[in-house]
This record gives sequence, C-alpha cells and structure tokens, in this order.
Amino acid sequence: MRVPLSWLNDFAPFGTDAQATAAALTRLGMQVEEIIRVNDPVAGVIVAKVLQMAKHPNADRVGLVFVDVGDGQSLQICCGAFNMQPGDLVPLATIGTTMPDGRNIQRSQMRGEWSNGMLCSQKELGLGEADAGIWILPPDLPLGRSPWEGSGLSHDVVFDIDLTRNRPECWGIMGIARDLAANLGLPFAIPGGTIEPSGPPRSAPVTIVAGDRCGRFVSAVVSGIEVRQGAPWMQQRLSLAGMRAISNVVDVSNYVMLELNEPNHAYDLETLGGGGFNIRLATDGEELTTLDGVVRVMTADDLLICDAEDRPIGLAGVMGGLDTEITDRTHTIALENAWFASDGIARSASRHELRSEASVRFDRGRDPYGIDHAVSRFVELLRETCPNIELHSGLVDARGTLPQPVVVDVRTSRVNELLATDLTDNDVQKLLAPIGFTFTNRHFNVPSWRPDCSREIDLVEEIARHYGYDNIAKTVLASSMPGGLSPRQRDRRTLRQLLLGLGLNEALPDPWLAPGDAERAGLAAVGQPVVIGNPMAAEESVLRTSLLPGLLKTVAYNETHRAAGVRFFEMGHVFRHPNDEQPLPEESEHLAVAIAGVDAPAAVEVWNEIVTTLGIKGARVQASVHPGLHPGRSATVFAAGRPIGVVGEVHPSVLGSYDVNERVAWLQLDLGKLLDLPHGISGYKKVSRYPSSDIDLAFVVPEKVSADGVMLSLKKGAGDLLAGLELFDVYRGVGVPEGSRSLAFHLRLQATDRTLTDAEIGKVREACIALVNRSGGALR
Amino acid sequence: MTDALLSEISSSGEAAVAQFARATSLDALRSLGAELLGKKGPLAGFKAKLGSLDPEARREAGQAVNTAMTLAQAAFDDRQSILAAAALDQQLLAEKLDLTEVTARPTRGHAHLVTQVWERLEDVFVGLGFTIAEGPEVETDYYNFQALGMGDGHPARSAFDTMFLNYGAPGSTVLRTHTSNVQIRTMENQKPPIYIVAPGRVYRRDTPDATHMPAFHQIEGLVVDKGITMADLKGTIQAFTEAFFGPGFNSRLRPSYFPFTEPSAEFDIQRADGSWMELGGCGMVHPDVLSGCGIDPEQYSGFAFGFGLDRFPLSSHGIDDIRDMYANDVRFVEQF
Repeated sequence: MRVPLSWLNDFAPFGTDAQATAAALTRLGMQVEEIIRVNDPVAGVIVAKVLQMAKHPNADRVGLVFVDVGDGQSLQICCGAFNMQPGDLVPLATIGTTMPDGRNIQRSQMRGEWSNGMLCSQKELGLGEADAGIWILPPDLPLGRSPWEGSGLSHDVVFDIDLTRNRPECWGIMGIARDLAANLGLPFAIPGGTIEPSGPPRSAPVTIVAGDRCGRFVSAVVSGIEVRQGAPWMQQRLSLAGMRAISNVVDVSNYVMLELNEPNHAYDLETLGGGGFNIRLATDGEELTTLDGVVRVMTADDLLICDAEDRPIGLAGVMGGLDTEITDRTHTIALENAWFASDGIARSASRHELRSEASVRFDRGRDPYGIDHAVSRFVELLRETCPNIELHSGLVDARGTLPQPVVVDVRTSRVNELLATDLTDNDVQKLLAPIGFTFTNRHFNVPSWRPDCSREIDLVEEIARHYGYDNIAKTVLASSMPGGLSPRQRDRRTLRQLLLGLGLNEALPDPWLAPGDAERAGLAAVGQPVVIGNPMAAEESVLRTSLLPGLLKTVAYNETHRAAGVRFFEMGHVFRHPNDEQPLPEESEHLAVAIAGVDAPAAVEVWNEIVTTLGIKGARVQASVHPGLHPGRSATVFAAGRPIGVVGEVHPSVLGSYDVNERVAWLQLDLGKLLDLPHGISGYKKVSRYPSSDIDLAFVVPEKVSADGVMLSLKKGAGDLLAGLELFDVYRGVGVPEGSRSLAFHLRLQATDRTLTDAEIGKVREACIALVNRSGGALR
Repeated sequence: MTDALLSEISSSGEAAVAQFARATSLDALRSLGAELLGKKGPLAGFKAKLGSLDPEARREAGQAVNTAMTLAQAAFDDRQSILAAAALDQQLLAEKLDLTEVTARPTRGHAHLVTQVWERLEDVFVGLGFTIAEGPEVETDYYNFQALGMGDGHPARSAFDTMFLNYGAPGSTVLRTHTSNVQIRTMENQKPPIYIVAPGRVYRRDTPDATHMPAFHQIEGLVVDKGITMADLKGTIQAFTEAFFGPGFNSRLRPSYFPFTEPSAEFDIQRADGSWMELGGCGMVHPDVLSGCGIDPEQYSGFAFGFGLDRFPLSSHGIDDIRDMYANDVRFVEQF
C-alpha cells in the first residue's frame, strides 16, 4: 500500500519528518519497505530568465545561453538543449548544487567557453521520466527563487507499506493514520463533514436475496453530474497512491476507497435497468462482462449485483460490469456502498483470478458502518468539480446479515504474564482507547473496523504493539531442560566426520527426479514412487526412491566439467508408496556413497570404516544381485543379521544411461534402520604384554567361496589367540587353477597370559588349515 | 732389552694413533681398529710376550702396553666421533628436500555449506539448553497447515506456494513448506517443558533464481513452559544473535502477523555497521495451537521463531547465486 505523507497529515499533524514517521509505522507493524520522495526540491536550483541565445564559437551541439537570475546581470551558461526562447523562465542549477543523480555542478569550461551553472530538464531534477528539453517554468515565478515555490509541484513523501493480514483497517489511509496518531499521542480527526441530502426524494431501490453474503447495501442517487477531469490535487494523490486518474467521478470513487477503505461503485442511473439493484447468487454458467472487457462465467458461489431487471451488472466486491459504466454523458448516478462477507469475496476473486483494489479490501474484512461517512465524503469531494450536484433524499439502506458487535474481556494479569510487563487496568485501557477499543461494563468493545480482533490474545497483541515491542525487556531464559544432541544426531555427525575424513565430499542433490530416472537407474522395482501433483516442471515431478539417480547426475555433471574421480556422499530422505494404507508415504533417511573411477572394493572399505567407527555388531557383506548394480560386483550389507543396505559398483548400463564414463563404487544404507540397531563401541580387549607370533597362510580357493568365508574359518581356527588377521595378497594366474584364486593371509597370534609355544602355534595353524579345507580351500 | 721393548711398545702405540688419525672413513677406521686394537693386533702381541719377562720388567712393560692401548683407543674414539659427525652431515646434506615439491592433492572431504551452518546453529541452541527435533519432509495437510491455525481455505496458505503430492485424498499430502510441522508433532508427543529447535529441508514452488530454490533449509525453535513471556522470546533471540554472529550484535522485534503466533513479530539483526537485516519470524505460540496439541494455554505459554539458513553461507562467503551452492560442483564444494 502506497501512502502519501500529505494524506496522513489530513488526519493528524504528523509533520514532515519522513524518517521518523517511517520508523513509527514500522514499529507498529506497518513495515515501510521504501520511502519515495516525490518532487523533492533541489537546493541551489533557482528560477532564471533567458535573455539571449547564441551559437557556441567552437561547438555545434552546445549553445550559449545568457540568463538573468534577478540581479540584472547576464550570466553565461553552456547548454545542449535549444527548446527555450528569450523571455522564458528556466531552472538554473547554480555552482555548488548537488543534483538528484549525485552530480556536483561546478564552474567549468566547455570548448573554451565558461558555463556558470546548468539549465535543467524535469528529469534532471527528479521530476518524472519525461526528458523534453529544458523545463519551461510558468511565466510568473520570481527570479532567483526556488522553482518549487509556486510551480504547483507540491513535494511529498510516499511510504510503500507492506501490510500484514491482521490489519484490515490499514487498507484505508484513515486506519493507518489512526494507529499512528494513537501511538504518537497526536489528535486524530477524520476530514470531511456530514452532507445532508438536498435534492428531492429519488431512490434506486435495493433487494438483497443473498442476505448471508451481502450484509448491507446502501444506494444513493446523485444528480447534476458533469463528467470531466478530476481536481489536479486529487489526481496527484491518486497517482502517488498508485492509481491512474480517469475522470472526476471515478477519481472521487477511488479516492474515497483509498482514504476510508470503502470500496464503492457509481452506476449510470439511466442505464441501470429498472433503476435499482438486486443482490443474489449467480447461477452456474451465467455470464458477466466485467469492466476490463473480459467475459466471465459464474458459479453458484459468486455473488452478483444485478439491476432491478435481474441483469448482472457487477461481480460483488470484485469488479463492476461493463454495461453500466459511467460515460461522458452521465448526469445522474446510483452510488453503491456495500458490505459483503469476506470469505465469499475471497473465493470469487481467487476463482476468477481477479485481484482488484476492491476485492483485496473485502477479502481482508471491512467495516460495515463506515459506509455512512463514505457517502458524505463522496458527495463532498465531487462537489469540488461539480458544484451543482445534489444528493437526493430517499437513500436506500438495505440490510442482510451483519456481524454482531464483538466484546472481549482482557485480564490485565494475563497481559502482564505474556508480555512481562507491569501494566495496570488503566494502562491497558489507555493503550487501547485511541485505536477504538472502548471500555464499557468491564468489557472492551471491538471497533467495527477491526474484524480481525475477537479474542483476548488479539487484544494482547494490540496492547503489545502500542506499548512498544522495543519496550518489552530481554530476559535470559534458563531452559529447564538439559540441551544436547540425541544419540541419533551424534551418530550422524560421527558418520559425517568419518566420511569427510575419508575424502568424500558432501552433496545435496535435488530430491526430485524426472519420470523415467528411476527406470534408467534400474530401480523400477524399488517401490512405487510418490508423484508431485503440481510440480515446477515435469522433470521434477517424482520424489526419489533412492539416492542413486541424484548422485549419478552429480558424478556426470562433474565429469562434463572435467572433474573425474569425484567422491561424494549424501545423507537424505527417500520416499515411496507404502504397501498398505498409511496416512503418509514411507519416508526414510538413507546414506549413500559414490566414488567415481574406482572398483567396488573402495565402497566396501568405506563400509568397513563405518562398521568400526559406529561399533556395528555382526556386520557382514554377502554377494547378491541388486537392481542398478553390477551383478558380479554387488553385495548385501548386513548388521546384526539384518540387511540394511547394498554395496558394490553401479551397473555399466546404468552408468551409460546417465552418461557417466567411469566406474562408480557404490554404497547405500538405510541409515534410520542401521542406527536403530544396537551399536556402539563398548568393552575392550586388554593389550597383551607377551610377545606375538606371526604366521602366513596362502590358500587356493575356488571363486565361489568368498574371502570372508575363508576369514571366518581362520578366525574360528585361531580362536582367542587371534590378535590380527589381514588378507595381504590375492593372486590369479599361472600356478593357480582356472576358477580359483590364491588368497594369502597374515595371522598374528598372541595370548594375554603367556608366551605362545611353537607347539601351540602349530596347533592353531593346523586347525586353520583344516577349517579352510572344509570350505573348499587348499593350502598352497 | 727392557728399554728397547718399552720404546717398541710406545712406537707401536704411536703408530696406531697416527694410523687412526689418517683414516678417512668409518669403515676404514673400524677395520683399522680391529687390526690394531684387536686380540691379534701388535699391542695385544706385546701382552703375550710379557710372561717371559722378569717381574720388574713385566710390570713396567705391562704399564707401557696399557698406556699405549689407552692412547690408541682414545685416538680411535676421537676419530670415530669426527668421522661419524661428518658422515651425518653428509647424510643430512644428501637428504635435503624442497618441501614445496608436493604433488599429492589434499584429500579431506568437504561438508556442504548448508550442513556446516546447520551444525553450527544446532551447537548454538544446544548451548542455550535446546534439543534438536526432527520430523518428516512429506507431511499431511493437518500438520503443515491446519494445526498451525491455517484451516481449509485460510488466506495465509496462499503465501506458501505449496507442492502437493498425489497421495491419499486430493490436497491431503504436501511437501512441508516449513519445519513448523515438527513443532506440532513435538507438542503432541511430549509434555512441556519443551525447548527444541527443528532444522530441516523445506519445499516451496519457487522457480529457482539467484535467491530462491524450491528446496531449501530452515530452522525453527519452540519453547513451551510455565511462565514463558515475550521478554523471554526477545532474550532468546538476543542470546542466539550474540552466540551466532558475535558479541556486539543487537536484535529487535517488529510487529507482524502469522496465523500460529500472537503477538507475532519479525526479528531483525543489527550488523556491525548499524544497519538492520531481516532474519525471520517469531511470536508467542497462539493459544489455539497449544490447545490443539492438548496443552492448556492457561497453564503453559510459549514462543516460536524460525528463519531460513541458506542465506548465512551465501552472505558470509559473498556467494551471489544460491544455485551455485546446490550444484554439487567439486570446484565449488572444495573451496569450503
């Protein structure tokens, strides 16, 4: 909402300090987004008279202008515009003037000729965008004085205010002024008097059919109108407030709306069928051509203003119809001032995507009792350009259902409890009275212009606003609870630190996919995805069921920017339709690792680090085939005997369809499930003080027997004496039969209570070999 | 004969001393040492001859041998320490490295900028006695809107540009537009006192540009306890401001409107240069929101606040386009 300071000053003496006024508005919750200075005088610019114009001896595009600034002397100015003539008055920026664009005017030479200042266009003085040469001033201005004095250009300040939903009354200048005046302790008075009807009885009768939607409809007949240009001062204010001047009648109508938050409409009584109004709901499919020339199809929820012949002439509270618009020939109008229930208007405006100045005001909620003054104000203001108009007696005030007056009890103790204040009953009344909340019979009466207030808490907010948020203390709150991260949150941080330490970067790809992305990643079978009904774009319409597509896109993106071998991890949510009926889709937190340019074991190494860092019990990797992964290089990851993820390498054809040119080692865990399992590092193995002994064992093992199976046998064979086990070599080739490979292990044996004897070590060795033999391995 | 022997002994000792002094390497010195000082060396040979001498001469010659041995051993030791020091000097010289010839790139990973600020914010609020609450990103209309004072058709809903999911009844399931759903879920599941912050990813139907992403991050706080006042809200905002931005930063509240708080406010942070920066929204929890969660608003009161966290890394690093932060481009990621 754009609010000129001069207009506010019509209600209370706010003065001219724009900064202070803006600060007060913001302090009250009417946030000033911008202060726009209009027609601001430029100090140092004075009225000068053109004496003579001459050619510049050394330049074609610049002329010499000799001016008199009132001292009878001739002052030489160089000027690039030629639209003035001797005798014209023009603005001169004298030496030392700072122009609105920041330029500083100095005495200077142009091609050898001195210029003692600058003649200005309106644009150069910040007076609009038109740049039609030097500004020719009215002929009667005194020389040497500021051209703003008496040029008719009153300067002003406009506040661009961001209004919140809970302040419906601020959609009128009056509401803003009342709040501001109350806060600053200034006397507040509504401009304009009461106009009594002077003409003979003449009515435009009103029938309200839909009384629950139309609470009040006042029609007044005004005759003697001559449609012409509006008053210049009014045109300027409308323009400052962001509305176009149209004609005296429309301007006054808009002015009353802006000033009093009273949308109104003037109908040409001659073209108003039956000379009256009928307010009813539309029927489905009924058509109305609105003022903007659009044919609109109604529903049975739209409220129509019809003429007395039941012809629709306006969409109530939103926009008038085209047929009954005021024309140049209009001499008598029926003036509508009405109150409609806000939710119905909001629905109509949204259905027809028609947000008008009126609909916004009805939507927020209006005062049903401001109408009477609005009618007077309309007539009073129109009289300025149409001195002969008459307001006829016979004004019709038709009623439907109006909201009941609201009274609210406010407990001062409650106010003080919530605001940490020390107010008395009297203080509370004094804060509320100036904004219209009168106190009678121990109750506060909510003013009719504040439909947003109906509860004690609403008034607590009003009290807080006018007491001043800045005046409320800042107390250091001592939480009565211990703060901290949950075990889950600590684990997440531990994991993140681990992964960062392993050289993985953290990615946060978009959580949505294009249709087909999951299929391209071979994930068609991984749960039914949830689809966004109103996506930004079709390519962003599917919620991910896996982190794989997002991270593959990340790898591909970096590859195309010449970054190969990127290493990323992500912790994020995945979603899918549950198998049975649930209030919400299945949502789980996953952790994924994608390492480009390396084989599957790199991902297994990450898993092993996770296992030891989080203290996961019963961790196991078991070869298996997974959608999207290389069938010969993928495995299920188990913790405590439960599958909680997959590890391996992305399937070459999936890589191809994502334009990834490197191998990608892949790990994905259901993080929620994993962290729900018991885990943690607990207990310890005492470090032995006795010497350890090392033995190396190499086996020829068929490919179908996994290395961890062999290790399991070795662990079993060595039992408690095993202090370290390492697979230090894997060999395939000459000397090893086809279909097998050699696995070489390094075992460190140690007892905690004695030095091991050769016999003991030999026994362990034999036990290990026997166990590996049983699972198909042969000592090499 | 004795004199001759004594002089033989002493000259043999002197010869050893001279030979040691001439040794040019530790290896040469060690073999000389073995040769001259060993059991088969000349001085040892003299000892073997002592037995044949008369006692007087034996004593004299014995002393001479010992003296010669001691002198020769001292010469050996001196030479050895000189040569060892020289050898060490030579080794050190040979091992000289140009420490700017580093070829390996740094290998640590880089946390996402958003996570970095997220964890820092969590730490600040943990320090103020808060715990961290979490909730789903896919949410019902009830938890995202209705329970927060925005029933069906409430005009404030339109401000959120909600993304709806094709799930359940039409309009019943949304991508959460704020983390306020966590407030409601917490109040339903936990009796006061409640001191939580809820950081998380939120979604709005905003076309991506330099300052907007359809998926971004917020943190919200909620306190519900007996006797909580608006002064507590102001003090908490101030404590957060100083803890996060640094001492000397100020904060203020301005009246505003949210359906789920009353009184409501926007809060601003004052930068070091005195200018104000809008940070987020806050207010006293609306009594209807409390009672909707089964908390008696006459017995308990509370406040809530919330703000976006994506802007912090943007402004502290001078990043002029939020999309850069979400591109997952290693050339960007590895700078932080």
